[in-house]
Amino acid sequence: MDNYGWAMPVAASSFAKSIDLGIWIIHAAMLAIFVLWGIFFVYLLVKYRARPGVLAQREEAHSRSSELTSLIPDLAVVAFEIGLIVFYALPVWSKVKMSVPDVANPLQLEIVAEQFGWSVHYPGPDGALGPRKAELVHFSNPIGLDHNDPASHDDVVMGNELRLPLGRTAVMKLYSKDVIHSLFIPEFRLKQDAVPGLEIPVWVEPTRLGKYEITCAQLCGFAHGLMRGDVFVQTQEDFDAWYQSRLATTPAPDKPTNPSEDF
Amino acid sequence: MSHDHSGSSSPSFREKYVFSLDHKVIGLQYLITSFIFLLVGFGLMMLMRWQLAFPGSPIPFFGRLFSAELAPNGVMSGEFYNALGAMHGTIMVFLGVVPLAVGAYGNYLLPLQIGAPDMAFPRMNMMSYWLYLPGGVLMLLSFLMPGGAAQSGWTSYPPLSIINPGQTVWLLSMVILITSSLLGSINFLVTTINMRAPGMSLWRMPVFCWAQLVTAVLLLLAFPPLEAASILQLMDRVFHTSFYMPKDLVLLGQTYSGSGGGQPLLWQHLFWFLAHPEVYVLVLPPMGIVSEIIANNTRKPLHGYKTMVYSMIAIGVMSFMVWAHHMFISGMSPALSNFFLVTTMIISVPSVALMTCLVFSLKGGSIRFNVPMLFALAFIPLFAIGGLTGLPLGLTVTDIYLHDTYYVIGHFHFVVVSGSIIALMGGTYYWFPKWYGRKMNDRLGLIHFWGSVACMVGIFSPMLIMGLAGTSRRLYDPTAQLHNLSTQGLNVVSTYFAYGLALFQLPFIYNFFNSMFRGEKTPENPWQATTLEWACPSPPPHGNFPSTPTVHRGPYEYSTPGRVCDFWPQSEPPSEDL
Repeated sequence: MDNYGWAMPVAASSFAKSIDLGIWIIHAAMLAIFVLWGIFFVYLLVKYRARPGVLAQREEAHSRSSELTSLIPDLAVVAFEIGLIVFYALPVWSKVKMSVPDVANPLQLEIVAEQFGWSVHYPGPDGALGPRKAELVHFSNPIGLDHNDPASHDDVVMGNELRLPLGRTAVMKLYSKDVIHSLFIPEFRLKQDAVPGLEIPVWVEPTRLGKYEITCAQLCGFAHGLMRGDVFVQTQEDFDAWYQSRLATTPAPDKPTNPSEDF
Repeated sequence: MSHDHSGSSSPSFREKYVFSLDHKVIGLQYLITSFIFLLVGFGLMMLMRWQLAFPGSPIPFFGRLFSAELAPNGVMSGEFYNALGAMHGTIMVFLGVVPLAVGAYGNYLLPLQIGAPDMAFPRMNMMSYWLYLPGGVLMLLSFLMPGGAAQSGWTSYPPLSIINPGQTVWLLSMVILITSSLLGSINFLVTTINMRAPGMSLWRMPVFCWAQLVTAVLLLLAFPPLEAASILQLMDRVFHTSFYMPKDLVLLGQTYSGSGGGQPLLWQHLFWFLAHPEVYVLVLPPMGIVSEIIANNTRKPLHGYKTMVYSMIAIGVMSFMVWAHHMFISGMSPALSNFFLVTTMIISVPSVALMTCLVFSLKGGSIRFNVPMLFALAFIPLFAIGGLTGLPLGLTVTDIYLHDTYYVIGHFHFVVVSGSIIALMGGTYYWFPKWYGRKMNDRLGLIHFWGSVACMVGIFSPMLIMGLAGTSRRLYDPTAQLHNLSTQGLNVVSTYFAYGLALFQLPFIYNFFNSMFRGEKTPENPWQATTLEWACPSPPPHGNFPSTPTVHRGPYEYSTPGRVCDFWPQSEPPSEDL
């Protein structure tokens, strides 16, 4: 609970601080604009209230100057917005969403969304993710992993649990099996829709140890509000130890099940 | 041609009040119907607010009225919550605010303000209302369908909307409503272009008429894509086509039997291509209403009339180029987002110009603080909050975090409720004397005004804070996620203010109907206004003007130097200078 308050939750990823910076800058500007305009507005209301014997003073009707003075505040707005776009939005967006950082040894994984949970698919020591097939999806095999493929043999699939090593970039491919979901980890300031039929890459570099929350941010059905999971950011050693324990407990692949037999 | 049906001796009740061809009767039909739909949509929201504030506790009084499927033991189910959410949005936008702003105010006032005897196509006008009403009733009846009403949000994103119950009726109803709206917008365009009184050049039209004209263009161009998109979605549901359904779907544990190959994002593009211009449909007519009231009650011309008109036109044009700022994190190419980021920032320029003109219009005035003016003045700061909070949402980077949170809900409710609806309520106080020849009670109006404004701020401000804390929208139980718990108390605050807002509408409803019959009688121009609607009797007879008015000057000739009288009606001949 210490992670949450009345403003943004703790910042736990490498780009969280730059997103927060923008949110604070914009809110400071918004507040300044609102207060300054508010003072001016109240001043006008008081000064020009109807009083007996005082008539309204007209400006030159439709004069060019009255048309142009109304554009002055726009100059300030345009300057502020151009600044925001050029020095903030474009660079940060291009870093966060338009590219995946070029690092030596990223953790590659897949996240598959479904009504109403998240499956996290780790590649195992071979570094290769086993292929998934829609027809293999089954209660016991939620992502439809093809166990006959050698790449699958050391894969680990977790339900509603995402574990990431601290300081190591994780590149996650987002998929959805059924409807549109949205991966939202507030502490990472990470949000991305998972769209069926599309493969959408997202990345994060966790910068703070702790337990965080995965939620779904896109309406996905009656239990949308209950669709959540946990994120654990661990040291690389703890992460490796956990990973080894999972590998040991992952059952040896038996013959692939055919879902149609059960339905 | 437009009133060849007149002249016949007293029409029957049915012709006069039910299947009327008179734009004023149709306008009032729209007015009453859309106010009722607003109340219905508000009622749905109050049920949802109970669940949000006190998740898992039975709904008081009403809980037991619902079937065990919707609300077992009076506790709202997830399905029911989603149905209420989808219907609240749909009803408020498509059955409440737009018909009120366009169907009611536009219908009643546009022909009067341009000096026309009626709409260009009275029969089409009647048809527009008689499609709107059954379309709306059909929408409400969908609650009685097996599985309940549509529950995929008012945005109805597939594939969810393809597999959820209730959606077929929603789509059919939308097709009917869109058709109604298209008929209306064509009528408005033709009327404004062809039926202006002699001397009423475009640059002499009141800002309200310009707002309606731009709105009509938006409706005409933006709705057909949604109508087509809705029909495609209907095909996906009913005939199992795959316009929006990709291959390899596993729905509810079963592989999807359709052929696949479709694209869910296609719907989002088509939907927002309508729904963003729609935002300006919700905003421009109220902006027009506010301009009329401000010009009248400052007793001086608007500041920058042409700037306002050009700004509205610019907004209209630009509104077709910003739709994908709703889709920054939808999975469309992130490079595309940069384009929509820039267009979104561009559209803020004419919006700021409009607000600037409204504020500068106060300068030098002799401001009368009557009830309609209070509503118009409240519009300015409250709408400004709505506009400003749009900034972090329109900016790609900050939208990553704020997208689909309560911040969005707070933002657009400030725009639509404390902006548009406040202005539309103010319009009722302002034009009521024209509609019924009587005035609404001021004391009740003041209670309604101050109560509503306080409650609206109380409902929507907590939402901005919850959004910053990361609470997502459309969660039927916010307490199921840890990070929402710290701000859950704000949900309770918001809920109590919502119930307060409902209470403060009672004086308005009573005032409306009571004043209709017992209000203080008023002359034909009680506000000493300049525009043409005040130059005909209250209420205007069939055909509106005793003889076609001739327009001699611009719309806001207040406090003209050299005149004793501080207003100079548009139709008054120059020789009668007093």
